[in-house]
Amino acid sequence: MQERYEIRWHGRGGQGAVTAGVLVAEAAILDGKYAQAYPEFGAERRGAPVKAYTKVSEKPIYSRSPIINPDVVVVLDPSINKSIYLDGLKEGGMVIINTSKSNEEVKSLIGRSDVKIAVVDATHIALDVLKSAIVNTAMVGALVKVLPLATLDSLEKALHETFNKKIADLNYQIVKASYEKVKTIN
Amino acid sequence: MTQEKLLGWKELPRGGSILKPGNSESRYTGDWRTFKPVILQDKCTRCLRCWIVCPEPAIYVIDEPYTTKSGRQFKFSVEVNYDYCKGCGMCVEECEPKAIDWIEEEK
Amino acid sequence: MLKATWKRLPLSTNFAIAQAVKDSDVDVVSAYPITPQTTVVERISEFIANGELKAEMIHVESEHSAMSAAIGASALGARAFTATASQGLELMHELLHIASGLRLPIVMSVAARALSAPISIWGDYTDVMNVRDTSWITLIASTAQEAYDSVIQAYRIAEDPRVFLPVIVAYDGYAMSHTYEPVYVSEKSDAFKDYIPKNPQWYTLNPEKPLTMGSMASPEWYYEFKYQQVVAMKNAFGVVKEADEEYGKRYERKYGIIEEEGVDGSDVTFVTYGGIYGTLKESIEELRKKGEQIGLARIRLFRPFPSEIVADLAEKTKALVVLDRAITFGVNISGPVAREIISSLYARGIERNVYSFIIGVGQRTVTEKDIAAIYGKVKEMLGSHERQKESIYWGVRE
Repeated sequence: MQERYEIRWHGRGGQGAVTAGVLVAEAAILDGKYAQAYPEFGAERRGAPVKAYTKVSEKPIYSRSPIINPDVVVVLDPSINKSIYLDGLKEGGMVIINTSKSNEEVKSLIGRSDVKIAVVDATHIALDVLKSAIVNTAMVGALVKVLPLATLDSLEKALHETFNKKIADLNYQIVKASYEKVKTIN
Repeated sequence: MTQEKLLGWKELPRGGSILKPGNSESRYTGDWRTFKPVILQDKCTRCLRCWIVCPEPAIYVIDEPYTTKSGRQFKFSVEVNYDYCKGCGMCVEECEPKAIDWIEEEK
Repeated sequence: MLKATWKRLPLSTNFAIAQAVKDSDVDVVSAYPITPQTTVVERISEFIANGELKAEMIHVESEHSAMSAAIGASALGARAFTATASQGLELMHELLHIASGLRLPIVMSVAARALSAPISIWGDYTDVMNVRDTSWITLIASTAQEAYDSVIQAYRIAEDPRVFLPVIVAYDGYAMSHTYEPVYVSEKSDAFKDYIPKNPQWYTLNPEKPLTMGSMASPEWYYEFKYQQVVAMKNAFGVVKEADEEYGKRYERKYGIIEEEGVDGSDVTFVTYGGIYGTLKESIEELRKKGEQIGLARIRLFRPFPSEIVADLAEKTKALVVLDRAITFGVNISGPVAREIISSLYARGIERNVYSFIIGVGQRTVTEKDIAAIYGKVKEMLGSHERQKESIYWGVRE
């Protein structure tokens, strides 16, 4: 593990990318780590591509500059153009993507041999549990499995701070399902 | 009026607050007038509308019974305190029975 | 002495402010929503709704009324709070003078934001700098933690009989208002009740003891009341310091008037304010690794302006670079804080090059790369012994 990780979230308005970024930071902070989470400071419209940012560190984070070279990009909506989410991704960085496509299709879509790719069918996990395609918490589960930035216990706490009990429980179910199902494919 | 010594910033209450209530009594505004109102006791119905509208207030209710020429009896009279009446004329304008004369001051 | 026990929470600066309002046991909150401040007041109304804070929430139809209501509440002896930003602060402007002129200890948080036109909901410090002459004490925080602590300190400062002036606690709109980070907040709401006891000493409207507020002051009186404010501002300087030190003693966190690091013997010292200080800090750490002798400082107290401390700071370094996130139009050196610094040095007869840079206007991105490039530019100017004749508008497109 390196000292600081910088994660960029890509979704569309209404998918909960901002909340996902905040949840991971909240959980990491509850674990005693340092973290920062903020939305892209732009107009938030349903359906428009949205970015959110999370920094997690073992040491205090002072800088408030935006993440330009992320270690990880998390893609909530695979229909977003890859030139947007791969922009600035570090050499040897990681893409975590919500997809139901085959591993080969995903690899050729991303087309960068230096990056690690993890896939999860977040849409169907969310549909199964929530009956709605709000995929943010599924992507949170996938991220913390691939990169242990926060414990599941703290995520559960953070979910209960954010949502009412019923919604928090359902979302924690999603986090765990996605945590089990996410796969690194290269 | 004698020239008072003006207080300095240390002595003045903060922020222009005035700590002594009722101090408007010491502000005589009677010499502002060009015209003065004069209440005609025989026409006055004692409705006290002038008392309500006077901004000073310079309309005084006096504990003095009065009987009009037509024999109407009132338990009190209404007068203008000319120390404070500044001659705005609101009482004259508002007086329904036209019982207040508006007379030029002799200066 | 009541010591606080802390819980470490992930909070945005807006939420940290709301938490501080609760822990300051504020009596009246009157506010009108405006981005990026809105979640401060939303969170406060949650606290009131669920019984965690016993306060009156006054919903008003504009910021003008928000400040009017805060003035009324404070004039009755209540502990009053409001929050705003940008156009909202501008709409309040005339009331800001009334609050300070009446010497009412209101506290207001400002999520600093650019001004229209064109419309920008994003962060910079134009709004805060625009109200610098309203006689409000102005603290600028650089972390959510500091914003929390500063609101609590602000009541101690404002309600001090040597001061009796309102206080603004400002912080970056968005870059801080909406950023989640770890904040230690008190486990219990009464941890600060000895630090900021409720004992209104300012003039209040009370039928038992009538007085007149807001009277007219004719030319032979008005000047003295303004001079009283000059003195109160001077006093505030010491009171801000005391309040911070006392807070440090009781709660083990303090910030000082100016935060500085590595200034002594440096070739250049960067000076700024607000959240950008964090970015500056990490950038300078990188530059120092390459052997550069750079100091950095952050103005935490903008009004009253700490001229003496700034002059002391200048004496320890060879040149100053001031990063301003606002423009005062129509003057050659157009960074508001740069101008204050130059006049502070002039008053003490200190000869130093002061380089004024305008950055981050309307939330134009500032990264570590920008800081390194600004440093490069400054070194160039220093090398040619060039005195700066005009602020540099960093990154503006030709």
